[in-house]
Amino acid sequence: MLKYELVVVGGGPAGLSAAVEAYEQGVRKILILERDKELGGILNQCIHNGFGLHRFKEELTGPEYSLRYIDLLKDTTIETLTDTMVLEISEEKVVRAISAERGYMEIEAEAVVFSMGCRERTRGAIQLQGDRPAGVFTAGTAQRFINMEGYMPGKRVVILGSGDIGLIMARRMTFEGAKVEAVCELMPYSNGLTRNIVQCLDDYEIPLMLSHTIVKVHGKSRVEGVTIAKVDENLRPIPETYRRIDCDTVLLSVGLIPENEITQNAGIAVDPRTSGPKVGELRQTEMEGVFACGNVVHVHDLVDFVSEEGVLSGRGVAKYLKGELETTSNFSTANGEGIGYVVPQTVNMSNVDDQVTFYMRVRSVYDRHIVRAYLGDTLVAEKKERKFLPAEMVNFKIKKDILSNLADGEIRFVVEEV
Amino acid sequence: MSKEMTCIVCPLGCHLTLEPEGESFAVSGNKCQRGKKYAIEEMIAPKRVITSTVAVDGGSYPVISVKTQAAVPKELIFEVMEDLSAVMMKAPVQVGDVVIANVRDTGVDVIATRNA
Ligand SMILES: Cc1cc2nc3c(=O)[nH]c(=O)nc-3n(C[C@H](O)[C@H](O)[C@H](O)COP(=O)(O)OP(=O)(O)OC[C@H]3O[C@@H](n4cnc5c(N)ncnc54)[C@H](O)[C@@H]3O)c2cc1C
Ligand code: SF4
Repeated sequence: MLKYELVVVGGGPAGLSAAVEAYEQGVRKILILERDKELGGILNQCIHNGFGLHRFKEELTGPEYSLRYIDLLKDTTIETLTDTMVLEISEEKVVRAISAERGYMEIEAEAVVFSMGCRERTRGAIQLQGDRPAGVFTAGTAQRFINMEGYMPGKRVVILGSGDIGLIMARRMTFEGAKVEAVCELMPYSNGLTRNIVQCLDDYEIPLMLSHTIVKVHGKSRVEGVTIAKVDENLRPIPETYRRIDCDTVLLSVGLIPENEITQNAGIAVDPRTSGPKVGELRQTEMEGVFACGNVVHVHDLVDFVSEEGVLSGRGVAKYLKGELETTSNFSTANGEGIGYVVPQTVNMSNVDDQVTFYMRVRSVYDRHIVRAYLGDTLVAEKKERKFLPAEMVNFKIKKDILSNLADGEIRFVVEEV
Repeated sequence: MSKEMTCIVCPLGCHLTLEPEGESFAVSGNKCQRGKKYAIEEMIAPKRVITSTVAVDGGSYPVISVKTQAAVPKELIFEVMEDLSAVMMKAPVQVGDVVIANVRDTGVDVIATRNA
C-alpha cells in the first residue's frame, strides 16, 4: 500500500497552505488529493481582485493567489494527484480514493488534513411552485460557468440573497451585458461585505432590497419572471407587497455549508454551530492525527484567514509526527450572548507560540458594541470595532501571556454594549 | 462637512471618514495609506480595477481570467469590456502576459491572471 506521512484531502488554499507549512516544518512525504482537474479550489473561479494583501502584501485575483501557492509546491517534495476524489478515511487512517488516472487507491497516512471546503446551500432556499423551469442557479455555479467555461447563463437576472458571491456575480453579469434587476435579501441587513455592496451594487445602481424575498418563480421551460415580496418582522411575506419582475435567470446566494460527509463517516462529530468538526488551536480534530482547516471547519469570507488556518494545521501535523502534540486542553471556548460560534473550540497552551486567534461570528448587526472574553466572571480581553456584522468574521487575538496567567476553564465570548 | 465611505481597496473594508482640509481631505479610519489615497481619489476621479475574462484558443478552458494592472477611470469600464470581448488569445498563455497594452489610452495594461 502507498504510504505517506501526510495526506491532504482537497487542494484549495487551505490544503495547499497546510501542505506547504508541514513541509517547511520538516515533513517530507506529503500527498495532496484533489477531485478537480487542477489545484486551487474555489479561488480559480473568483477572478476578481483583493486577495492576498495579508499573505503576499500584494493585491491578487483568486487564480493568481492560488497560483502563488501552487508555485510554492515546485520547490518541495510535495506530491499532488488531481482528478482524484477521496471517498473515505478509515479509523486506521487509510485514505480510499478514486483517481481518473490510477483507479481505486488505498493510501496509508500517518496524519491527514481535511480541507474539502464548502458547498453552496440550495435546498429550502427557494420554493419553486409548479414547473421547475431552467434558469435557476446558485451564484457559485454561475460564477464557474462565466469565469471558467465562458458561458453566460442569462440576460435578465434577479439574485436572491446578498452573500458576497451573489454581490460579486451581480457586477460580473452586468459587465457581461446582463441586466441585474434586483438583489433581494430576506434579512434587514446584508450578508455580504460592505465593500462588495459599494463596488458591486452601488457602482452600477443595482437595487439591494432588504427584507424582501422571492415568493414565486414563473415560467414553464425557462424562467420568465419572479414575484417578490417584502417580509414582516417574522420574515413572512406581506401579500399587499407582491410585485412581479420579469427575468430569465435567478441566482441563489443564500449561504455556504462546510463539506463534511467524509469527516462524519470517519466518526468525527460535527459541531452544529459551525457545521464543521470541533478543532483545537492547531486545528486538530477529536480523531488523533486528523486535522482540518479552511471552509471545512467554518465558512470564511476571506481566503487570507483560510491560509492562516492552513498554516496552523500544517504546524500541528509536524508536531504530531514528532510526537510533540499535546492532546489535552486547558481551555474550551463558548459562544455567549450575541455570538454564533467560536473556533477553535479547545486550546492547549503548550501548543501555542505567542497568541491565539479566536474566530467568531456575531448573530446580528451591532453598532457601538464590544466583544469581551470572560473566564468565569474575570474579564480576559476585549475587542472593539466600529460595527460588528454577521457577514464579517471577527478575529479576536489573545496573547499567550494573558492566557498563561489564567486557571483552566471555559472562555466565553459575548457581545456587550459599550 | 464630513463624508463617510467604505474603503474597497482590500477586503478589510475600513470605514473611512473624510474631513475637508484645504484643497484636499483629511482621512481617518484607514488601517493603511492606500485607504487614504483611495478616499481622495474617490472624491475627485473614481477609479476601479477591472477583472474579466477573454476567449482563449487551445487552453484547458475556453476563457482565461484577466485584470487591468492598475485601476482605470470608472467611466471607461464598459468600453474596456467591449475591447476585451474582441480579444482571442492563443495558448500557451502565462499569468502576467499582456492581453491589451495601454487599454483605452489609460497607460494601464490588461494582463492575464491565469495560465492557459
Ligand atoms: C463560490 C464561492 C466563492 C467564493 N468567493 C470568495 C472570494 O471572492 N473571496 C474570498 O476571499 N473568499 C471567497 N470564498 C470563500 C472561499 O471559500 C475561501 O476564500 C477559500 O477559497 C476556501 O478555501 P478552502 O481551501 O477551505 O476551500 P476550497 O477553495 O473550496 O477548496 C476545497 C477543495 O477541496 C476539494 N475537495 C472537496 N472534497 C473533496 C474530496 N472528497 N476529494 C478530493 N478533493 C475534494 C475541492 O474540489 C476543492 O478544490 C468563496 C467561496 C465559494 C464557495
Ligand atoms: S484602508 Fe487599507 S486596510 Fe483598510 S480597507 Fe483600505 S486598503 Fe484595506
